[in-house]
Amino acid sequence: MLQLITFSTLNGVLYGMLLFMMASGLTLIFSMMGVLNFAHAGFYMLGAYFGFEISRHIGFWPGFVVAPLLVGALGALVERYGLRRVHRFGHVSELLFTFGLAFVIEELVQIFWGKLPVDYRIPPALDFVAFRLFDTTYPAYRMFMLLTAVAMFAFLLTILTRTRVGLIIQAALTHPNMVAMLGHDVPKIFMVVFGVGAALAGLAGVIAGPALVTQPGMANLLGPILFVVIIVGGLGSLTGAFVASLLIGIIQTFAVAMNTSFAQLFGPNAPPFLGDLWQVTIAQLAPVIPYLLLVLMLIFRPTGLMGTRES
Amino acid sequence: MTANARFLLPWLLTALAFVLAPKIFSSGLSLTMMSLMGVMIIFALSYNMLLGQTGLLSFGHAVYFGLGGFVAIHAMNAAIRAKFDLPAPFIPLVGGLAGLAFGFLFGLVSTKRAGIVFSMISLGLGELVSSSSFILRTFFGGEEGIATNRTKMTPFLGYKFGPQIEVYYLVAAWCFVCIVAIYALTRTPFGRMCNAVRENPDRAEFIGYSPRMLRFIAFCFAAFFAGIAGALAAINFEIMNAQQLGAQQSGLVLLMTYVGGIGYFCGPIIGAVIITFLQVMLSDVTEAWQLYFGLLFMGVVLYSPGGLAGWAMLHAQALRRGEAWRLAPSYALVAPAIAAGLVGAIAMIEMAIRFFQQEPGDGAVLRFAGLNLDANAPASWIAALALLAAGVASGRLLWPRVNDAWGAVNLHLRGKAEA
Amino acid sequence: MSAALSLHDLRKTFGVTPIIRGVSLEIAPGERHAIIGPNGAGKTTLFHLISGRFKPTSGEVRLKGERISGLCPYEINRRGLSRSFQVTNIFPKLSVYENLRCAALWSLGHKYAFWTGIDRLRDVGERADELMERIGLSARRDVQAGVLTYAEQRALEIGVTIGGDAEVILLDEPTAGMSKTETEQAVALIRKVTQGKTLVMVEHDMSVVFGLADRISVLVYGQVIASDAPECIRRNEAVREAYLGQAGH
Repeated sequence: MLQLITFSTLNGVLYGMLLFMMASGLTLIFSMMGVLNFAHAGFYMLGAYFGFEISRHIGFWPGFVVAPLLVGALGALVERYGLRRVHRFGHVSELLFTFGLAFVIEELVQIFWGKLPVDYRIPPALDFVAFRLFDTTYPAYRMFMLLTAVAMFAFLLTILTRTRVGLIIQAALTHPNMVAMLGHDVPKIFMVVFGVGAALAGLAGVIAGPALVTQPGMANLLGPILFVVIIVGGLGSLTGAFVASLLIGIIQTFAVAMNTSFAQLFGPNAPPFLGDLWQVTIAQLAPVIPYLLLVLMLIFRPTGLMGTRES
Repeated sequence: MTANARFLLPWLLTALAFVLAPKIFSSGLSLTMMSLMGVMIIFALSYNMLLGQTGLLSFGHAVYFGLGGFVAIHAMNAAIRAKFDLPAPFIPLVGGLAGLAFGFLFGLVSTKRAGIVFSMISLGLGELVSSSSFILRTFFGGEEGIATNRTKMTPFLGYKFGPQIEVYYLVAAWCFVCIVAIYALTRTPFGRMCNAVRENPDRAEFIGYSPRMLRFIAFCFAAFFAGIAGALAAINFEIMNAQQLGAQQSGLVLLMTYVGGIGYFCGPIIGAVIITFLQVMLSDVTEAWQLYFGLLFMGVVLYSPGGLAGWAMLHAQALRRGEAWRLAPSYALVAPAIAAGLVGAIAMIEMAIRFFQQEPGDGAVLRFAGLNLDANAPASWIAALALLAAGVASGRLLWPRVNDAWGAVNLHLRGKAEA
Repeated sequence: MSAALSLHDLRKTFGVTPIIRGVSLEIAPGERHAIIGPNGAGKTTLFHLISGRFKPTSGEVRLKGERISGLCPYEINRRGLSRSFQVTNIFPKLSVYENLRCAALWSLGHKYAFWTGIDRLRDVGERADELMERIGLSARRDVQAGVLTYAEQRALEIGVTIGGDAEVILLDEPTAGMSKTETEQAVALIRKVTQGKTLVMVEHDMSVVFGLADRISVLVYGQVIASDAPECIRRNEAVREAYLGQAGH
C-alpha cells in the first residue's frame, strides 16, 4: 500500500509537472493574447518528433537543446504570419485558426514519420536505476524529467519576476493596450511569448517522448487534458495552472494505480441499469475523470480555482 | 412575379433538385454520397443554429448526432425484436427526441456561460461522452458498435428501404423538412433574438431578454436536429459506433459549416455538400485528404472568414449590378499564379507521402497530371518547389490588382446605391 | 403620489473603493430629471446600479414602489425601466428595422415564440415602423446599424431604448459627441419621445440640461450634493464650487 502511494505520488507529480510545462505556456499565451492555442499540444508532439529525429542522427543531448528552439521558432513564425493576420477577425477566428493548425500538424507528422510509434529511446547515459524502494525500482530518466521540469519552472519564475522583460510581460498579461501605449512593441512581445510558449511545449515533448510513446496521436491524448488543467486552475492564472496540473496529474495516476471497481467493493450483483458501470474499474474511469472535473468546475466555479477572468 | 411566388420559388427548386438528383446521378456511388450529403446538411444546419445564429462555438456537437443515432439504432433493433409496428421513416423522430433530451440535460450545464467557457464545456462534455462510450459497452457496443438491419422493420407504404434509392428518398424527404423547419425558426421572434444575442448579448438583456434562456432554447433545437441527422445516419449505414460522437466528427461538422459560411443560411448546406463530396472522392485519390481539409479550413479562416457562401454573395452582388466585369482582368492574371502555387504544393505533399512511406527497393513514383514524378529524384522536388515559389511570388505581386479592382467595384456599387 | 423611481441610501463599493456613497432620490412619475456632475462622479455607475448591470453593495432601488435592486437587467426591463448607453450599444449587423423590432418584442408579449413568423406579427411591425418615424430613420430602414452615421446611431440608440414602451427611461449622455445642430435635433427628439414618461438623464451639456429638465441632481464623488429646480441649482454655491473649484465664480 505504502509502495503504491509513494510511487503513484512520484509519478503523479511528474505527470503534473509535464502538464504544467505545457499549461504554463498556454496560460501565458492566453493571458496575453486572448487566444486559446489549440495547437499547443501539437507543439509538444513536434518537440518529441524533432527530438527523435535529431537523436537519431546526432544524439539525444543536441536534440534536447535544438528541438525546443526549432519548435519555438516555428511558433514565432505561426504567430507572425498566421495568428497576427487573423487577429482582426476576432477571437473566434483565432481559436479556429489554432484548431485547424493542430489538425494540420498531426497530419504532417503522419506524412513524415508514419502512423506507427517511433523508437525514441532514453539516452544510455540516463538509462539506469535511480533508486530502489519497497522492491520496486525507479528509473533515473524520470528523475531527470522531474529535474528538467522544476528547472524550467524556476527559470520561468525568475524571468517573469526578476527581469525587465518579465515585468513588461506581466504587465501585458493584464493590460496589453496600456503596455503598447507605453511604447513597447507589443506585437513583438506577443511573438516572443508565443514562441517561448511553443518552445516550452516542445521541451516537454523532447523529454516526454522517450518515456511515453512517441506517436501521432500523442497530441490528441494530452490536448484536451491541457484545457481541463487551465480551466480548472483558472484562465489566466499561472499558480492556478500549477496547482491544477499537479492535482490532475496525481488524481489520474492514482486512479490508474487503484484497480478496484464497484463489483470488487460491493459484490457482483449490480443494481438495475448500472450493469456496465458496476464492472468498470477505477483505472478504466481514469480517462474520464479530468473531464468530469472540468464539467463540475465549469458548473460551480467557472473562474476556476484561482482564475480572475472567465474569458 | 408576385412576392409569394418569389418566396416559394427557391423552395420549389430545392424540392425539385432533391427529387430529380438521383435521376441525373444514378450510380450506386452517387446515391450513397447523396444520402450522406442529406444527413450532413441537416447536421451542419443544426450546428449553424449554434454558431452562425447564436454565436456559440461548440466543439462537441457530434455528441447529439451520435447519441441520437445510438438511441435510434437501439429503437430499430428493439422494434425488430418485438415485432413492434414502427416503420423506418419515424425513426429520425426518435433520434431527434433523444437528441433533444440530451440537449436539454447537457444544455442546462453548457449554456450557463457563453464565449470561451461555453466552447470549453462543449469540448469537455464531448470528451466525457466519448470516453464513456468505452465503458458503457452494452449501449455503445464497444469497438464494433451496434448494427441493425433496416429491411427487417415494418414496411412503410410497401417500402422496406432495402435499396439505396429508397433510403435516399427517405433522407431527402427528412432533409427538405428540416431545411424548411430550421429556416422557419430563423424567421421567428426567437430566431431574431438569437441573432441579436450573437451580436450584442449585453444589450439583449436591457431589452428584456435573458441571453441564457435564448441560448438554452437554441441549444435544445440544435441537439434535436442533430439527433435527426444521427438517426438517418443509423438507417443509412445500419451501424453506429463511438467514432460518430467523437471529437473528429465534431471537428468535421465545424469544418463543413465554417467552410460553407456561417453568416448565410445556405452556407452550411453548401459546406456539407462540398465537403462530403471531397471526402468521398478525395479519400480514394490521395492519402493526404485530411491534410487538404485542414489546409482548406485554415485557408478559409485566414482569407475568407465568410466561407464559400460569403465569397459567392460578394460576387453575386457585383454581378447583379453589372460591376463584376471589372474583376475579370485581375482575376485572369492571378488565377494562373494561384493554380501554379496549388499544383506545386500538392505535388510536394504527394511526393512527400510517397518518399517517406516507401519501402526499401520499391521506389516512390507519383503519377500526377499524366506525368511520372519520381519522389526520389531531386529534380522533381526542385520543379515542384519552383512552381510553388513562383505561384506564391507572382500571386503576392499581382494581388494588389485584385484589391484595386474590388475598390473600383465597391466605388461604383456605392455610386449606384446612392443614385 | 408614489415615486416612479426611488433610490434609498444606495451604495456601491468596488473592492475597497466606494464609488457611490449613499444616494437617495425620489423621482415623480412624468418628471424629467437630469443628473449632472464632474467627471468621475459616478453618474454612469449610478445608472448601472439602477438598471441592474451592477448589484448595489447596500441600499435600495424601487421602481413604482417595487424593489428592483439586485434583479437582473432583463427582469428590471420587463418591469418597465429601460436605459440607453453612453457608448452606442446596438446590434451592428442587424438593420435599423430589425433593431427596433427586437426592442419591441418582449413588451408586446412575444417572448421566446418560435412557432410564429415574425413577419406575420402586425403589432411588432407597426411598433417598429412607428418608432422609425419618430426617430427619423425611416429612410434608412434596411441599412445595417453598424454603418449608420454617428448621430443616426445615437438616434437608433434612443429608439431601441424606448422600443419596449417602458415607463421610466434612463438616457446616458444622449448628446455626447454631437454638433450643435445635432444636439438640437436630439433634444427635440427626446422631448417628443419621452412625453408622458419619466425621464432620468445624465448629461454634460448644460443647455440640454436646463432646456429639458424639471429637476436637476448634482452628483459629486458618489453623493448628491444638491437636488432642486434648475434655477436653484444654477445659483447653488456648493454646486459652483464642485464644478469650478474655490477660485471661480
